[in-house]
Amino acid sequence: MPYVVTDLCAGCRYTECVSVCPVECFHIDDSMTYIDPTNCIDCGGCVPVCPVGAIKAAHKLPADKLEWIEINRRRAAETPVVTSRLPPLPGADERKAMILR
Amino acid sequence: MTLGAPSHERAAGRYRVAVVGAGPSGFYAAEALLRSGRTVDVDMFERLPVPYGLVRFGVAPDHPKLKQVTRVFDRIAEMPGFRFFGGVEIGGVVTIGALRSCYHAVILATGAPVGRLMDIPGEGLSGSYQAGDFVAWYNGHPDFRHLRFDLDAEQAVIIGHGNVALDVARILAKTPDELRHTDIAAHAQEALAASQVREIYLVGRRGPDQTRFAAKELQEFAELADCDPVVDLDGFAEIALGVVTPAPGPDSEAEAVLAMLREFATHQNTKRRRCVFLFNLAPLGIEGDMRVRQMSFSRGVAQRPLILDCGLVFSSIGRRAAPVGGIPYDETRGIHANIGGRLAIAGSVLPGVYVCGWGKRGPQGTIGTNRACSVETVGNLLADLSQLDEPPGQPDSLFAGKSIRRFVDYPAWTRIDAEEVARGGAKGKPREKFIAIDEMFAAAGGGVAC
Repeated sequence: MPYVVTDLCAGCRYTECVSVCPVECFHIDDSMTYIDPTNCIDCGGCVPVCPVGAIKAAHKLPADKLEWIEINRRRAAETPVVTSRLPPLPGADERKAMILR
Repeated sequence: MTLGAPSHERAAGRYRVAVVGAGPSGFYAAEALLRSGRTVDVDMFERLPVPYGLVRFGVAPDHPKLKQVTRVFDRIAEMPGFRFFGGVEIGGVVTIGALRSCYHAVILATGAPVGRLMDIPGEGLSGSYQAGDFVAWYNGHPDFRHLRFDLDAEQAVIIGHGNVALDVARILAKTPDELRHTDIAAHAQEALAASQVREIYLVGRRGPDQTRFAAKELQEFAELADCDPVVDLDGFAEIALGVVTPAPGPDSEAEAVLAMLREFATHQNTKRRRCVFLFNLAPLGIEGDMRVRQMSFSRGVAQRPLILDCGLVFSSIGRRAAPVGGIPYDETRGIHANIGGRLAIAGSVLPGVYVCGWGKRGPQGTIGTNRACSVETVGNLLADLSQLDEPPGQPDSLFAGKSIRRFVDYPAWTRIDAEEVARGGAKGKPREKFIAIDEMFAAAGGGVAC
């Protein structure tokens, strides 16, 4: 039951998740983060710290988000590990305000 | 601390930092130091011969995946500049003062080992325990292996609504088959197999919207082989029983917990054991002659107390750091008084000694929370580094003239580890831990002579 970053992250990329991951299983590209399912130890620590609620347990994903399990697996293999928190993308706070409204 | 102009990074020699405690925050502090690009060596001291702290002695045996974090700790231990001294207690024969005289900086990563008391009558009766002691017992901690719990009682009360309380309840609730293939200590496995406990009450002082449960851990109660979760709807009186829409953001965890508790409230009871969640109850006292017989709770003004018959009480209302002589202590929070991991008294910082993990911020967060916590502490330590006094002593002199004859280094630990895994394999367990210090040293080939 790995955890999965969904498209809610894309455009914000706050990376609070990265600072609390005990096993450095987050990868990153220009738009969002991804969880390497082979390294994730299912601690769930990243879920409550995501400002936009983008991270979900794989078994709790709604049907229209299930594709993100495979996308995380594939993109984690193609992108570098990120080991410390980065500034969010420009416009992240405005986007967050929209999402949480 | 040397006053005056900061000295330059020394061309010759290296900085030395001692980390006390080999739990998650200690390892993450070591990692942050060794990754910093500064010329730093790290010596980690651990009271027990074995590393990993609460990952070994706190994380429940039925949560094996979480324990895979030890692979990260092993990787940190392989970094150049790292040394491990297992079986060496700081504060005993080797004092913190002695460490300070041999290292530029000392980081306390010694956690929050002291359980908070409820401070109610009867707390000292036989049958009343700290939840943390029970956890250490079933996890095979050498200091707790001799404990005996009155598992012939049919009702157990657990006080506190955090994840440690859930661990205790779940271990009491599971069947021998559910625990058979875990790394639970053999003595606990045997005692729990004979347990008569049928009713487990999880009692909290506050409402269902204010627990410290993780939704993920609560979920496991819906999946137990022979125990039903039961939620008392009375506790929900002040909360609208509408449809919960989990909102993203800081409150979503609380929403998820509430939704799950509501689901439990509709659960059919068919199994042999029950785990009952009770809310808005303040402990008044534990009654019994020689041993615990019942516990009473206040339900608020103008209501009669609630009495629960029980033969076992586990208190899980928080933990605090153990005060250390010469180290400032925040009595209210139960932590070593600090600002960003620098020890502090009344707002002024004491350079040279630092703190990270539960001893710094209190017992909260997941394993990874310690990473961010230790990174912060080490960031401040590194900022201070060039101004810290050159220690007069060398680490090699630490054990001179002391009664310490041997310690476990990391290669020796890997021998203990391999032996434990082999012992477990014979029983279908991921490992069978050694529970006595002497056994650990023996498996380590005697350890390393000082």
